[in-house]
Amino acid sequence: MGDILTILREHGPLLLIGQYPNGPLGGLAVTFVLSVLGIALAFPLGVLLALARISPFRVFYWPATALVYVMRGVPLIMVIFWVYFFLPVLIGRPVSGFSTMLATLVVYQSAYLAEIVRAGIESLATGQMEAARAVGLSYIQAMRKVILPQALYNMVPAMLSQFVSTIKETSLGYVISVNELTFAADQINSILLTKPFQVFLILALIYFVLCFSLTQLARHVERRITRKRAGAATGASPRSPRATAIAQVLP
Amino acid sequence: MMNTMITFNGVNKWYGAYHALDDISATVAKGEVVVVCGPSGSGKSTLIRTVNRLEDIQKGSIEFDGQDVNAPSLDLNKFRSHVGFVFQSFNLFPHMSVAENIALAPVNVLKQSKSAARARAVELLERVGLAAKADAYPGQLSGGQQQRVAIARALAMDPPAMLFDEPTSALDPEMVGEVLQVMKSLARDGMTMMCVTHEMGFAREVADRVWFMDHGKLVETGTPDDFFSNPQSDRARKFLSDLRSH
Repeated sequence: MGDILTILREHGPLLLIGQYPNGPLGGLAVTFVLSVLGIALAFPLGVLLALARISPFRVFYWPATALVYVMRGVPLIMVIFWVYFFLPVLIGRPVSGFSTMLATLVVYQSAYLAEIVRAGIESLATGQMEAARAVGLSYIQAMRKVILPQALYNMVPAMLSQFVSTIKETSLGYVISVNELTFAADQINSILLTKPFQVFLILALIYFVLCFSLTQLARHVERRITRKRAGAATGASPRSPRATAIAQVLP
Repeated sequence: MMNTMITFNGVNKWYGAYHALDDISATVAKGEVVVVCGPSGSGKSTLIRTVNRLEDIQKGSIEFDGQDVNAPSLDLNKFRSHVGFVFQSFNLFPHMSVAENIALAPVNVLKQSKSAARARAVELLERVGLAAKADAYPGQLSGGQQQRVAIARALAMDPPAMLFDEPTSALDPEMVGEVLQVMKSLARDGMTMMCVTHEMGFAREVADRVWFMDHGKLVETGTPDDFFSNPQSDRARKFLSDLRSH
């Protein structure tokens, strides 16, 4: 325990922000930036892929389906290697580890998000699309105003879980020397040499606290959505304010 | 013809080998209220859904307000915005308030301003007796109220005719009346209506003509008086006696 506190005191900043401001940003900060940027960029791509996956047009359906199946069928580390070795060849200039990892996460996560979004769309009653088209909305307007707002809202918990996966996956950036949390922990381990158990326990705890809290948040959001949906589904009698207040303190 | 609203001309539709609509020819005149009835699976809902192209047909033609519904050059979205359609299961948008449900198409299709569309939505809600519910969400309304909102949503586009696909079949019995009241007042105001329904009381009171369908065929048409007191076909007689025995 004493060892752990000593390590945290002496090397805490390296774990949190790397060598910043004297060197590059690293540690938990980079893990976080990678995850947030990764999921934020993957999200619009995932929505487009989902729309292509449910499209009746083969030119959209086949490429999107192929991409989704390939990404879901290979380990992430394979994709990292592919991007690492072939992206520089493809664009004709060197690519930083950070950019490589970000590009990998965006492609990989968009495939998973696409399946989440697709499930969200397909879980809505077909009557929603029919009603939107029947009043004269175009397919795109119906998607934007009626289908996606409901589908994405219902899928928020699943997307939060996907964000948790992304955080854990950034640790694989270690193999291409991305300066993230795992890389920082390994650096500390190399400096100390004799304290691997303590160093990697700290590493595990940081990941766990971060991911566990987000998982709890996802569960909380899911319960709220379930409750809201139940209210919308039964809806026979408008609930009194008191009943609503009670419903909100229930777990 | 200037005074026909909907014309079915030799309409045929198949689902695979199943002949869902078998050579339907009939017209709905302007201002007329037509009730389509028949046993379940007879093709009534399919027929009404072909009018705004929720279902395509394979043979024949349909005209709505002078437009060929199946013309390749038809601007489908614009066309549909002129056809009022009310679903059995209401299909309100649960993430929008009642007023937003009604204003959605006027704002996005007719490009009305939000404030104008809302004012009109409130006006329509008054007409269906729900002025106080403008800011409620569909989940907070009863089935009957939801269906009245759905009617207001269709009216917001000022359609020349309204199509009702079993509008009261998903409702608890005590809520059927309020929806039928709204439909009756529409009929009194001269709205052209084509209505698939099992509410024979409504048909007797409001319909100008009753169409009886069975096995995808339009078996007989007549005034409610003729149809109910003197049905021509065996199948219609059997249908009516089955209805009465319940």
